[in-house]
Amino acid sequence: MMLTERRQKTVKKNDKTIREPLFRVVKRDGMPWYKSMLIRLIAVLAALLLCSLLSIFMAKASPLEFIKTLVDGAIGSTHKLWKFAKDTAVLLCISLAITPAFRMRFWNIGAEGQTLIGALASVAIAFYLGGKVSDGLLLVIMLFASVLVGALWGGLPAFFKAKWNTNETLFTLMMNYVATGLVSYCLVCWTPTNGSVLPRLEFGHIPVVIHEYFLIIFIVLIITALIHVYLHYTKQGYEISVVGESENTARYIGINVSKVIIRTMLISGAICGLAGFLIVGALDHSINTETVGGMGFTAIMVSWLAKFNPVIMLGTSAFITFLQLGSSQISSTFNIDSSFPNMVVGIVLFFIIGCEFFIGYRIKLRESDKKGGNKQ
Amino acid sequence: MNRPMALELKNVSKYFGNLAANKNVNLSVYRGEILAILGENGCGKTTLMNMIAGIYFPDSGTISVDGKEVVIRSPKDAFNHGIGMIHQHFKLVDIFTAAENIVLGVNDGKRYNIKKVNSRVAEIADKYGFHIDPKKKIYEMSVSEKQTVEILKVLYRGADILILDEPSAVLTPQETDRLFDVLRRMREDGKSILIITHKLNEVMSISDRVAVLRKGENINTVETSKTTPAELTEMMVGKKVSLNIERPEPVNVCDRLEVKNLNMVDADGIKVLDNISFTARSGEILGIAGIAGSGQKELLESIAGLCHPITGQIIYHNPKTEKTEDLRDKDPVAIRELGVRLSFVPEDRIGMGLVGNMDIVDNMLLRSYRKGFSMFVDRKKPGDLADKIVKELQVSTPNTHTPVRRLSGGNVQKVLVGREIASAPTVLMAAYPVRGLDINSSYTIYDLLTEQKKNGVAVVFVGEDLDVLVELCDRIVVICAGKVTGILDARNTTKEEIGLLMTKTEGIYDVDGKEAENGEKE
Repeated sequence: MMLTERRQKTVKKNDKTIREPLFRVVKRDGMPWYKSMLIRLIAVLAALLLCSLLSIFMAKASPLEFIKTLVDGAIGSTHKLWKFAKDTAVLLCISLAITPAFRMRFWNIGAEGQTLIGALASVAIAFYLGGKVSDGLLLVIMLFASVLVGALWGGLPAFFKAKWNTNETLFTLMMNYVATGLVSYCLVCWTPTNGSVLPRLEFGHIPVVIHEYFLIIFIVLIITALIHVYLHYTKQGYEISVVGESENTARYIGINVSKVIIRTMLISGAICGLAGFLIVGALDHSINTETVGGMGFTAIMVSWLAKFNPVIMLGTSAFITFLQLGSSQISSTFNIDSSFPNMVVGIVLFFIIGCEFFIGYRIKLRESDKKGGNKQ
Repeated sequence: MNRPMALELKNVSKYFGNLAANKNVNLSVYRGEILAILGENGCGKTTLMNMIAGIYFPDSGTISVDGKEVVIRSPKDAFNHGIGMIHQHFKLVDIFTAAENIVLGVNDGKRYNIKKVNSRVAEIADKYGFHIDPKKKIYEMSVSEKQTVEILKVLYRGADILILDEPSAVLTPQETDRLFDVLRRMREDGKSILIITHKLNEVMSISDRVAVLRKGENINTVETSKTTPAELTEMMVGKKVSLNIERPEPVNVCDRLEVKNLNMVDADGIKVLDNISFTARSGEILGIAGIAGSGQKELLESIAGLCHPITGQIIYHNPKTEKTEDLRDKDPVAIRELGVRLSFVPEDRIGMGLVGNMDIVDNMLLRSYRKGFSMFVDRKKPGDLADKIVKELQVSTPNTHTPVRRLSGGNVQKVLVGREIASAPTVLMAAYPVRGLDINSSYTIYDLLTEQKKNGVAVVFVGEDLDVLVELCDRIVVICAGKVTGILDARNTTKEEIGLLMTKTEGIYDVDGKEAENGEKE
């Protein structure tokens, strides 16, 4: 009986405080697709509204001006439209490269390094062989060298992961620094003044068809289709999905997990290398440590936002490029600091990712005012 | 009605998304009463108990303790009202002693004095007839001892309404009997006990009243003495169910798979398979009985080629070529290439047998995607197979492109068993194939296994429900701590005999004098 008394005492003590919680998170399911798209659209609009408010304080620009400059900066003229398409294509290419690895739940955050080292291979070939072989042959050698080196850069962490179960995230990240270091070293060797700016290469230019950006956009579109088919309709693509979803299931049906990991990362690295080749051969014709400029990391977001679907990635890469180009126009027009574009992209992404919570759950507020155990 | 009411639920509802886990449930428990909560899987038993224990908050309805309406927002609130829940999965710190685990988190304003705690724990244990040493560490304990610690934990905090979630699922028949004796003593002491179970014989033997839930609603609450298992099943399922398992005499029996002196150690160097030998014959169902974790998983995975024993042989007698092959060091692909048609329904359905995020067609593809030389996968035949399985096994799903994780447990198992049977196996191994399944689905699975047996397949069935093992199998191998402790003729044995063999080896009780003593008392 002593226990019962003690219990009643505690109940009495807590009488005033015990109420239904103020709000609860309730799971919801089966939201129709148009409703979830509407929520995402509202999130983007809310994010842009917040950005324009920020620009009022920072640049004294009205929200309307903000939006106008944003759109104008991204796709305001034919030239800007081409640039927008080109930037989208490069980002998309790197995003496509990491996607097979991500579908396998292999967190390859080394796309930056894999692309940079691919670019370095192209530049090295053009630097040493330029003028000595025909331009066509030179391009073929550059392509092979970039793809090979990219595959090596991606394959190495995979080999260690498969053999000794090392952490792929750390390994691929570290490989980025090795790549950057190698580029700095090569620049010192190649420039006459031991500087860090390599003059524009004369050889190894990808020929211009229709427009200087046309070929690169076209090539990336083909890669998109190929990757889509590879992931969804081939046996290897199927194996990647099984390994990613459950290694136990893969073992159960006799998939050689190590082999799939290494093979997939070789492909992933090779496409990064290809992106590096395209950047050097069609756009920059030179290299520095900022050639990839963080796109290897932006690509992670592109791939993830598209839920690792290559076709949806067309949209997500275009969207992120649009924001980056548009907001850098804003920072130059209104003379705001150049970190403003990053802020805009960050705010929009925060809203987009945050709104997923409201698609999966809803908030339920306290309904009753009743108090518990307090009827005496 | 003259007994005092301990706990009363009125019109309690709980929704997960659009799914009603509980809908207007009314329930009452008196002081000094054992109430069984009976219902199929997914009928909302555990959700309901979790609301009483403060883990979920009800969407509507009221809960009263001792006639007063209360609000329970957390397990702490529940404890303040004297409600304690013993979960199916134990929440204990392995390197602490029993008493340390029991006192963990208790804030009674007194100084921590482990000696007093020890004696208090021993006192409570004595009162209700538990056998426990308060100073014993959890990692040295058997499953049943760990459960005892969980029960003492809530008693120590002064709970007088106890909720037990399927307490007998992890126990042998003897341990279950002992637990029920303890529960009866608690009832005499005036405690109220809610016990979740789906074993009818337990309901009949322990409870005073039974509340039957179906699809989240309370169908009826009846007095145990005035009902029968058949009537309860009907309430539970919503229609009459025949509870007989067909067991035809085996025909054309011949040796199919011979396991000889199998030994295996795990990553920590502990022996998990200890000289295991038995033979699985075609046209027979061979049952494997044992406490969970006695080596069943390792045994089946060794045969399937997923892990490799250090010594011993796994000899397969090929019915077509009449040759024999040793499968011990082969991987699943190599086994298949030898022409061994071995099917395996693993314990871990989603996570090993199936991929949860893939649809039914892609899961069919798991077994067949390698066929042919094309680099592209062929989804036509798996699609046809998926349609066939959905139709023949009555899998309830919107279509064959639904991810299998969205299906209910019974339907997931139908998809898996259907796929494994579709490859016309000569050996079919199934680990706990009815775990978590409702009565109807369970009997569908039993029928499928028996049908395979009639087709001349050597069926290996790892089960936990001894009643089912005795009714379904032809022979039963009992294993304990990785050793075979007996091979019995299922037609001439009892579950008590199996239960004794499940816990009877010298090795394991050498270090555990207490348990051996208990064994002698029985």
